[in-house]
Amino acid sequence: MSRLDIEDLGISFGGIKAVDGVTFSAGAGEVTSIIGPNGAGKTTLFNLVSGVYTADTGRVGIDGTDVTGKPPHLLARAGMARTFQNLQVFPQMTALDNVMTGCHMIERSNLLADLLGLPSSRRETAKSREAAREALRRAGLEKLAERPASELSYGQLKRLEIARALVTGCDILLLDEPAAGCNAVETREVDDLIHGIAQEGKAVVLIEHDMRLVMRISSHIVVLDQGRKIAEGRPDQIRNNPDVIAAYLGAHGAAEAEAANA
Amino acid sequence: MNPALRTFLILAALVVAGALIFPSSYYYRVGTLVWINTLAVTGIVVLLGYVGLVSLGHAGFFAIGAYATAILPSYGVPSVLAAILGAAGAGLLAAIVGRPILRLSGYYLAIATLGLGMLIWMVLSKEAWLTGGPDGMTVMGANARDLFKLVGLNLRSAESWYWVTGTFAVLGAVLAVNLGNSPWGRALRAIHDSDVAASSLGIDVAKAKSMAFTISAVYAAVAGALLALANGYITPEVGGFMHSVEMVTMAVLGGAASVFGALVGALILTALPQVLTVFADYEHMILGAVMVLTMILMRRGLVPALVDLAKRRRK
Ligand SMILES: Nc1ncnc2c1ncn2[C@@H]1O[C@H](COP(=O)(O)OP(=O)(O)OP(=O)(O)O)[C@@H](O)[C@H]1O
Ligand SMILES: [Mg+2]
Repeated sequence: MSRLDIEDLGISFGGIKAVDGVTFSAGAGEVTSIIGPNGAGKTTLFNLVSGVYTADTGRVGIDGTDVTGKPPHLLARAGMARTFQNLQVFPQMTALDNVMTGCHMIERSNLLADLLGLPSSRRETAKSREAAREALRRAGLEKLAERPASELSYGQLKRLEIARALVTGCDILLLDEPAAGCNAVETREVDDLIHGIAQEGKAVVLIEHDMRLVMRISSHIVVLDQGRKIAEGRPDQIRNNPDVIAAYLGAHGAAEAEAANA
Repeated sequence: MNPALRTFLILAALVVAGALIFPSSYYYRVGTLVWINTLAVTGIVVLLGYVGLVSLGHAGFFAIGAYATAILPSYGVPSVLAAILGAAGAGLLAAIVGRPILRLSGYYLAIATLGLGMLIWMVLSKEAWLTGGPDGMTVMGANARDLFKLVGLNLRSAESWYWVTGTFAVLGAVLAVNLGNSPWGRALRAIHDSDVAASSLGIDVAKAKSMAFTISAVYAAVAGALLALANGYITPEVGGFMHSVEMVTMAVLGGAASVFGALVGALILTALPQVLTVFADYEHMILGAVMVLTMILMRRGLVPALVDLAKRRRK
């Protein structure tokens, strides 16, 4: 049994099947990557899995339990966290507060205690602050903790979202293009970060266009094209798959992937 | 310094400062109105500033507090209990209607809350046997003077209400600031910026919005109860559309993101009409102009604009 099981998932927008009968699984301690050309339906797939969209067909299972059709906050409670391709940070808050928001589910506080500023409420805030600092440190952002999120660079915000997802204590982490907008050094940091997260036993599902990163880090790759899964396998199998090369990798992508291998 | 403590000290100092400089009962009465409005607008700050939801019906909740305090004593309910029941009733109503209404966003929500406020206003205006209808009604019962006599202080009525309403404004502000820096407060502010992200972090967005709506309704109702008691007389206008607009305008003018914005907005729009009597004749026009100018010149309101200015000066 895998952590996350996706079966026959599909959705149409105005008659166009953005995701069409996609099936795959993501195991604990592994990085499962979703690749494919622009508009292939990768982000839409994440939106289906995380409950932002309601699927027309198919099922989503977490640890063997059917969670199809559950709203996002209940999926989060079932252990799923995600980041967003089109950044969904809280720009008015500091970086630290952004990450502290991710502690919502582990905070044991009620509204009355919060209004009255009771010690129980303050204690929860103090605990969240610690957890958030630790997550920021992991994401290499500890120096920016007190800065408003609106002052961070694109690459930093991508990592801020990872830190925020991590403090939820998730078992399943969906990352939508975490290395987009990152320079080589930052990409390397993201690589290490993701690797470390998988090592902890979390199931990581990664959408990424940086083929070097994907080939280096993935245990398993799922290739989408026009909403459909056209291939699936280990990195070495995907790299040499003619359908994948035709649809996505092309000459350039294959070279890049080769370089990653070297 | 702890933000709640800082808020407490600043507002308490302002309450005391008012009492030190006011030369006559008239000033105390205006001061009382400022504190009542500050309290009501603090509720708007929780809803609009923290969560980003616009309500154009909060005068309805204000009126529920005011009329409960006016009506129930004639059925033998003590004034204080009547006020508490009014606040609880407003909170309950907000909790019940909040869920369906708050699924709407932007101007749909504004219109739905507008409708709610109008409904309440209609009931108050039409049920003359209970509310005195458009002419309003006298509020019997508690005088804050008695409260101070208990501890041996002999204050004028206007002074005593000033202290009572000032205390409520300070407490209301402290609670709101506590909330803002708490786990639920962070959840509310997260929804303000991105409800997709908020829900992906396990925040029940519908529940959180409904909570904020309920809290802000209770703020409005308590403010309404205080107005009824301090004035000794109320009319359905307290529940009218213009009063809802006035509350939102105060919040927006001062800066809806913070409790200090509520205070500054309430202070300006309450005190100004008293100073400039022309204001009274053109009240609606001026409210509209304030709204438009704030949106054009300083969308986040006066307090954030001044804070920015001060920061830039320091650099
Ligand atoms: N809410 C929506 N309404 C209508 N069409 C949508 C919606 N969401 C996605 N689509 C369509 O679904 C298709 C897949 O889009 P999606 O964003 O999932 O692609 P992607 O694989 O993530 O691409 P990229 O690599 O550029 O991020 C696109 O044609 C897009 O226009
Ligand atoms: Mg995408």
